Formats: sequence, C-alpha cells, structure tokens
Amino acid sequence: MSLEQASGTGHGVPTAAVSLEQLHAHEQVRVVDDAPHTTKPPRQLGDYLAPVIGFAGFIGFWYFMSYWALQHIWDKPRFLITPPHRVIDVSFLTETNRSALLAGLYWTARVSLQGLVISIVVGMALAIVMSQARWLERSIWPYLVAMQAIPILALVPIIGSIFGFEIPSRIFVCVLISLFPIVSNTLFGLLSAERGQHDLFTLHNVSRWTRLTKLQLPNAMPTIFTGFRIAAGLSVIGAIVGEIFFKRGDKGVGILLDSYRSRNQFPQMYGALILAAALGIVVFIIFGWLNNLVVGRWYESTRKSS
Amino acid sequence: MGDVGAAPALSFRDVSMVFPDGTHALRETTFDVRPGEFVTVVGPSGCGKSTLLRIASGLTRATGGFVSVEPGNVGYVFQDATLLQWRTVQKNVELLAELEGIDKEERARRAAENIALVGLDGFEKKYPKQLSGGMKMRCSLARSLVMDPTVFLFDEPFGALDEITREKLNDELLSLFQRKGFAALFITHSIYEAVFLSTRVLVMSARPGRIVGDFKIPFAYPRSPELRFEAEFAELSGQVSHALRGAHV
Repeated sequence: MSLEQASGTGHGVPTAAVSLEQLHAHEQVRVVDDAPHTTKPPRQLGDYLAPVIGFAGFIGFWYFMSYWALQHIWDKPRFLITPPHRVIDVSFLTETNRSALLAGLYWTARVSLQGLVISIVVGMALAIVMSQARWLERSIWPYLVAMQAIPILALVPIIGSIFGFEIPSRIFVCVLISLFPIVSNTLFGLLSAERGQHDLFTLHNVSRWTRLTKLQLPNAMPTIFTGFRIAAGLSVIGAIVGEIFFKRGDKGVGILLDSYRSRNQFPQMYGALILAAALGIVVFIIFGWLNNLVVGRWYESTRKSS
Repeated sequence: MGDVGAAPALSFRDVSMVFPDGTHALRETTFDVRPGEFVTVVGPSGCGKSTLLRIASGLTRATGGFVSVEPGNVGYVFQDATLLQWRTVQKNVELLAELEGIDKEERARRAAENIALVGLDGFEKKYPKQLSGGMKMRCSLARSLVMDPTVFLFDEPFGALDEITREKLNDELLSLFQRKGFAALFITHSIYEAVFLSTRVLVMSARPGRIVGDFKIPFAYPRSPELRFEAEFAELSGQVSHALRGAHV
C-alpha cells in the first residue's frame, strides 16, 4: 500500500520522492490516534460510597467493642474502650481538654516538622555524597543500616542523658527515626537513571554538577518524595516517643497521653490518639499533594489512580 | 551518493575490542564512512554491533587499532529514546544544546525548527509519558538534530517499533539524510531496513565480530517507499541475507 493510498490523497501511483510534509500530513492523524490517553476515567458512585461504608464499619466496630465485646469476651470493664461519642464529647467539646490537646498537637507538630526538615537536609546531603563514589557509599551505608536496626527506645535514655530532657532531644529522636528512608530513597533515585541517559550526558563531557542537577536529581524526585512521605510519618512517631520519655518543656501529645494514662482518663487518651493519628494523616496527605505538584505531570506511576 | 574522493567522516582501522572479562567483541575491523554515505551494519545478536558505535562515539575505548572521526558533532541515537521524563518535548529537544552552553534563544529557535522537521509540532508541551513509541523516537531524533551532527550514529533506533511506524520513520530518516547530508552509521537487525536506507551494507560475523560482507546499494535517492517491493531490492536483500546466514556459523 502506498502512502498516497493510505492517506487517501493520491491516485495509487506513487511518485519517487515523498516529501516530509506529505509524510507528516499522513502521520499526524495516526500520531494523535496513537498517543496514550491521559484523561482519567470519570469517578463512579462506588468511589465515593466505599470510604463511607468503610467509616461506618469502623465506627460500628468501635461501638461493638466498647458496649459488648470487651465485657463478654474478655471480661474487662467497659471504660477501657471509650465509645466514640464520649471521646468527642470529653476531648473535643470540653473547653479545658480541647485547649490542652490542641496545644499538645501544636508542639508535637512543631517538633516533628523541625526534625523532618533536619532529616531532609542531612539525609539528602548524605545521599548526594554517597552517590558520587562507590567507596563513599560502601563506607557510610553500614552505619545507616545499623542506625535503622537499633531499637530507638534503647537509645532514648542515653540521648536524654547527653542532650537533656527538653525539646532538642525530642527533635534528635525525630531525626534518628526519619533519616534512613530519606537517605535510602534519595540514593536509590540518584543511582537509577538509565544507562542511555548517562551515556548521553557523557557524550557531552558534562561536569559532575551538571549530571547531578540535570539528570540524577530530577530523576530521583519521585523516590525522594516517597522517602519524604515515609519520613514524615516516622517523624511524628519520633516526636511522640520523645515526649513520652522527655517530659520537660512544653507539653506535646505524647506527654498528654502519658499523663492521661497515669490518671486513667481514657476518653482524653483516645482523643489524644485520634489527634496523633490525624497529624500523621495530614502530613501524609500534604506530602502526597506536594508530590503531585512537583512530579505528577511527568511521572508515570504504575498505579493509575488518585 | 558517497563522495569517494573525500576524507572519511569516520574511519576504523584494525579496530579490536576485548572486554576486561575476556569477551572478544571485535576483531580487526576496518571500514570507512565517507561524507554523504549511509552505512548500515547488520549482524547476529551479540556480535559487537553496538560496541562498534560506542567506540565510534568515544563512549568506549577500543583495545586495539585506530579510530578517527571528522571534527564536528557526533549525533547518537540510542536503542531507547532516552528522553528525560521530567522535560517536555521542547525541553528534551533543547537538552544537548543546553549541555553545550548554547544560549536560550538560539536553543529555542533550533528546537522549534527540528521539532517541525520530525513532525512533532503541536506536541511541544507534552511529556514523554504522553507520547507513543514512534513519537518518542522522533523526539530523540530531533534532540540530536539540534546539534547539526556531521556524523550520525544510530543504534537500532526503530527496533522496538511496530512495522508500519518503522517504515514511516525510515522514509523520514532518508528525507532528513538528504536534507542534512550527514554521514550515517546505522545498526539494525532488519535486512530490509538496512537495504532500504543505506548506500552500503556491512555484514558482521558472530563474536568476535568482523566484517564479512560489504554490499553497495545502488538505488538513487530519494527512495520511494515502493522500492521495498521491487525485484532488485528483493535480490539485494537476498544476497545480504545469504551473507548474514554464513556469518552465523
């Protein structure tokens, strides 16, 4: 089949020369047709309904545990699991408790954010250094793995003895717990540019700096953001763990949790747990959103949703 | 088209390549590519065809012999399009000019010109994930064209494409070849692609690779897509195929 026939413009007898313009006139149609579809399928009712059902199930399960299961299965007093409406009533609708909890949330969020920022700066710098030479990677990596492997609770008392029992120690715990995913994800991203792309840069005799900034770092952005997301969640946990141990200084969610527990104030305790979880979720969502903002346009994730 | 009197654009003299692990990839290979020549190398898988290109471009250093390349720009089109996913078509096409420190306006001008040349106008703002395989290759081609290469190396660039797209891109590549007049060294598995594109087809033996056949392809340019169905084309393809079969042993 000749091109003319294919595009329906000629008379079947091909001329010797085919101009680029002719080729393109024909090609455009196919090209557009062939391009991957990038529009998302419309959301269906199920997409909205499923989370609602899930939430209803969760609350139902909570009531079930509180009103029936705890007593009849485990033979434990009911107050150990406060029903949801009581938690909301006592923790969030009572002025004194609400203001204590919100102040706690502020301090926990602040500490975990400070820890996260330090982790991001230190972690990315470490990963960049490690990406520059195999021997650097090999000499630093074992200590990161070890740091990750040591139970943080075992280190906490030592940290307290050295750095004191106030805010700086809490931040330090956040850094310790959130550094590893940042280093490992950044490093993985930096080292995963395709060989062909590296060759292309090599052919043009680029400096290390150019290779880093124009190839490796942009290539690493999706995995870097995955690292941020994991680290952010861990940093919140780090802040709370730190607070439970270092009780001096401003009261965060962890300190509140500890004191409610010691006074058997279960509704407030569940309130504090809800806040801690909410903080983790919000941080997770913010980083997901940032990720979409930075790499969403170009990154082809294997999972095509949200 | 080959200008026989001119100095070669690319010249291999007794080039051999033994990798550190002992793999003997190339054995005393000698050939020239003259300005205006389109030389294609066909050979069995793993015969060192790609190594040939890596040596020609300077990415790999040969362990023996001499290689000389005409001063100027060497274009290299890889098996994969190797586009940077985070850059739009426009920015991808500008990349090499950017790496060479060409200023912004000139970069944009050259990119626009070459995007039009490969038929991607209208797609400047698209990201690679939004392009089909053929379009990615066009983009990759445009990226190299921006530097106006005097020697163009192609490492099986259309191997992953379906046949229809591949033939279309072959036609376009020849148009570009005529328009720009670069010297081309092209690697492929496809005998028909080789005969259709080239002024000369070299057949390589199995590893360690060396040249066992050298066919002059006499068809005048511009070549019509219909050339593929002519008797003489089939005859030549048959000869190349025969030589290639011998090379497998």
